[in-house]
Amino acid sequence: MKKFLPMLLLALLARPAAALDAAAVHELGFGDNDAKIAAIAALVAEGDPRAAGLLQAFADGELSTSGERVLVVKGDAGFDALSGAKLDVLPEERDDVVVNNRLRRELGTAVAALRLVSPKLETRLAAARELAGGADQAMLPLVKKALGKERDAQVRRLLELTAATLELKTGSRDSRIAAIRTLGESSNPATKPLLLGLLERRKDGTYAEPDAELRAEAQKSLRALNGRLAWGDRLSLAFAGVSLGSILMLAALGLAITYGLMGVINMAHGELIMIGAYTTYVVQGWFRNGPYFDWYLAAAVPAAFVASALVGMALERAVIRWLYGRPLETLLATWGISLMLIQAVRTLFGAQNVQVENPSWMSGGIEVMTDVVLPWSRIVIVFFAAAVLAGTWLLLVRTRLGLYVRGVTQNRAMASCVGVPTARVDTLAFGLGCGIAGLAGCALSQIGNVGPDLGQGYIVDSFMVVVLGGVGQLAGTVYAALGLGFANKLLESWSGAVLAKIAVLAFIIVFIQKRPQGMFAIKGRAVEA
Amino acid sequence: MTRLYGPRGWVAIGAAALVLFAVFPLLALAVPETSGLHLSAYWVTLIGKIMCYAIVALAMDLIWGYAGILSLGHGLFFALGGYAMGMYLMRQIGRDGQYRADLPDFMVFLDWKEFPWQWWNTGHFWWAALLVVAVPGLIAYVFGYFAFRSRIKGVYFSIITQALTFAAMLLFFRNETGFGGNNGFTDFKRILDIPVTTPATRVALFAATGAALIGTLLLARWLTTSRYGRVLAAIRDAEQRVMFCGYDTVHYKLFVWTLSAILCGIAGALYVPQVGIINPSEMSPANSIEIAIWVAVGGRGTLAGAIVGAGLVNGAKSMFTQVLPEYWLYVLGLLFILVTLFLPRGVMGLLSARNGR
Repeated sequence: MKKFLPMLLLALLARPAAALDAAAVHELGFGDNDAKIAAIAALVAEGDPRAAGLLQAFADGELSTSGERVLVVKGDAGFDALSGAKLDVLPEERDDVVVNNRLRRELGTAVAALRLVSPKLETRLAAARELAGGADQAMLPLVKKALGKERDAQVRRLLELTAATLELKTGSRDSRIAAIRTLGESSNPATKPLLLGLLERRKDGTYAEPDAELRAEAQKSLRALNGRLAWGDRLSLAFAGVSLGSILMLAALGLAITYGLMGVINMAHGELIMIGAYTTYVVQGWFRNGPYFDWYLAAAVPAAFVASALVGMALERAVIRWLYGRPLETLLATWGISLMLIQAVRTLFGAQNVQVENPSWMSGGIEVMTDVVLPWSRIVIVFFAAAVLAGTWLLLVRTRLGLYVRGVTQNRAMASCVGVPTARVDTLAFGLGCGIAGLAGCALSQIGNVGPDLGQGYIVDSFMVVVLGGVGQLAGTVYAALGLGFANKLLESWSGAVLAKIAVLAFIIVFIQKRPQGMFAIKGRAVEA
Repeated sequence: MTRLYGPRGWVAIGAAALVLFAVFPLLALAVPETSGLHLSAYWVTLIGKIMCYAIVALAMDLIWGYAGILSLGHGLFFALGGYAMGMYLMRQIGRDGQYRADLPDFMVFLDWKEFPWQWWNTGHFWWAALLVVAVPGLIAYVFGYFAFRSRIKGVYFSIITQALTFAAMLLFFRNETGFGGNNGFTDFKRILDIPVTTPATRVALFAATGAALIGTLLLARWLTTSRYGRVLAAIRDAEQRVMFCGYDTVHYKLFVWTLSAILCGIAGALYVPQVGIINPSEMSPANSIEIAIWVAVGGRGTLAGAIVGAGLVNGAKSMFTQVLPEYWLYVLGLLFILVTLFLPRGVMGLLSARNGR
């Protein structure tokens, strides 16, 4: 249908006076292969955008001849190739015009070239992208012609690149130098081999490119290009670091409350993240066939928080409450809880991963530079993490509950004496920490697999964040998460993912030697508590 | 030595030795397979495996029950011992592998031309035996030295040991490490040039494990009843006071920690030829934390409890994974919760309460 539309447009708009070159169209139908190629070139040179439709139809094998006429046959309808007018009757006796590989290749570039002069921006952009991937020598004049008319910056950039590439192969010395400079200004990694090719030495030691000045230019351009590419790499690395850091922070923020403030080692924290992710999955299921699927997250975020918080509060009441002050026992009991939660999810949802889809506004990404794409989902998560952090901080600093939590943390007996309901505060604070884990799960479901083992992968990492950041502080958690995220990604870029992880773990072990209290320790007498 | 146990204790140990070294081998080898009393290869392997676990549980009890250090990384030392033995067993395959090559199959598969440095000399049993003891011991010593010196204790220590075994697992999952990656070592053919799967070899390994278990028990008993053991228990209960009394607690803890790792390595080395496989999943944090529950179920701070706990939990595990595999995790999880909530002294605590002590 897409190919059909320009054809239709052509048919409607066609006026005999501005019709295509009749001789060329005739040759398309009746000439031998060489004549056909010449005719294609003639049509391209004419630059009439309507020729694109005709050549596309040819490439699709829709061209046939009947008597002396050349026809385009689309299903049951026939069109005159020259005028584009619809035929009243489709002649019974037709000969299909055969397209061989050579012709198809010619047609491909020809259509792309013609699309370059199309009035539609998207068509031009797509065509320019295609050409930048590899263009034929014969296209050079056409590209230049299109460049003369082009107004859009993005298309211009692509075309300039293509022109420079072509110029480099055949042009005069001056135009080649100009081309090299243009290449140096691009940020497209695909141009690197071109420049490197100029600097290559043959086996006998002579340069492939005899002109020394040209080589010097190429060297300069290459340096500029490398510099720009390195910036692109650094940018994507920095973003990957921020992204991982924000995820680690989401996962660890809940722990910072349950472990950092309350001193409860919750090995089931990872499973509460998993519950958040599965809640998102369930909510997504409710919205699946409705019109508001794009906004299911608005319901999933609070649902994930509530689900995980409820499970957490139930755990606190049933198990953890009885183990306060016995951290090793808490560790073992919560580990048992995590095993049961994993198995329960397996029983309910199956052992396979479940599919959580991004809403459409979260798919895709921003292309900051060529080859540097920042996915929307990760950008959203960075902001989400910041929002959760801000919310938690406000809750702890500005609300009565936060005041109680801090009071109970600092001096339980005293808080109890002045009438703080410590048991209820414990339950609520634990629920808050678990709810934040649920939020982390909701975020994770947008970028990774959701399966029963989801939480296991994060528990070691998030404990590392809390241990590194120091107990009892949110700020430590934030710095530690971002630092670990960056360190992980930085090391990953030159030693691979697994070795990076090992290196980071080793670093933490060494770090703890030096500062057992973490980066941000609470100063005071509670050290040996 | 005779003061380690009272007369009843020695009788019990003697009876256990009789069963392990005489009754079971007879039932497995001399009794015909058709007889109801015959001990099949499955049972020999299973009991042998559980005895290996019992050694690990004893090692864990030494540091957790007596010194108050909860390690969540003992699976690492167990696996390291296993890998050291595994290297020797892989060398023993010789040219009988799938590719009929001098190198183990996985190396041929990776297109390696010679053994990497870790494999140096592993063709000799004495060297493998040395590695079994030295590698876990050395790693534990170095790690423990730094950890105890900077007074890392309690939950911090537990979490760091967990990170340690997690990092090691990631490392061993890689092919480049030279230990067979995901698949680890398997398809063993011989040990000490004797085929490894014959009933006689199995029974010999079984008896060796039994001897190691009894030896470990006596060693642990001797340690814990000695003056050293009392200092250890004092460290567990009030470390600062012990320090103020003039004891250098770092060395006390370091010794028992290293010893415990070595015992785990020996258990791993006995485990691998019986079970016939070792892979990095043995190092997973989940495996290590399970060791703690064996001890907790049996009763921390009692040596018999560690053995009983390892037997009970692993017996239940092999039963459940056969009959109701999907319920095992529920049972294990409940065990963790119930034992910590209601049975802080484990099964042995129950028994001694009934005896009115």
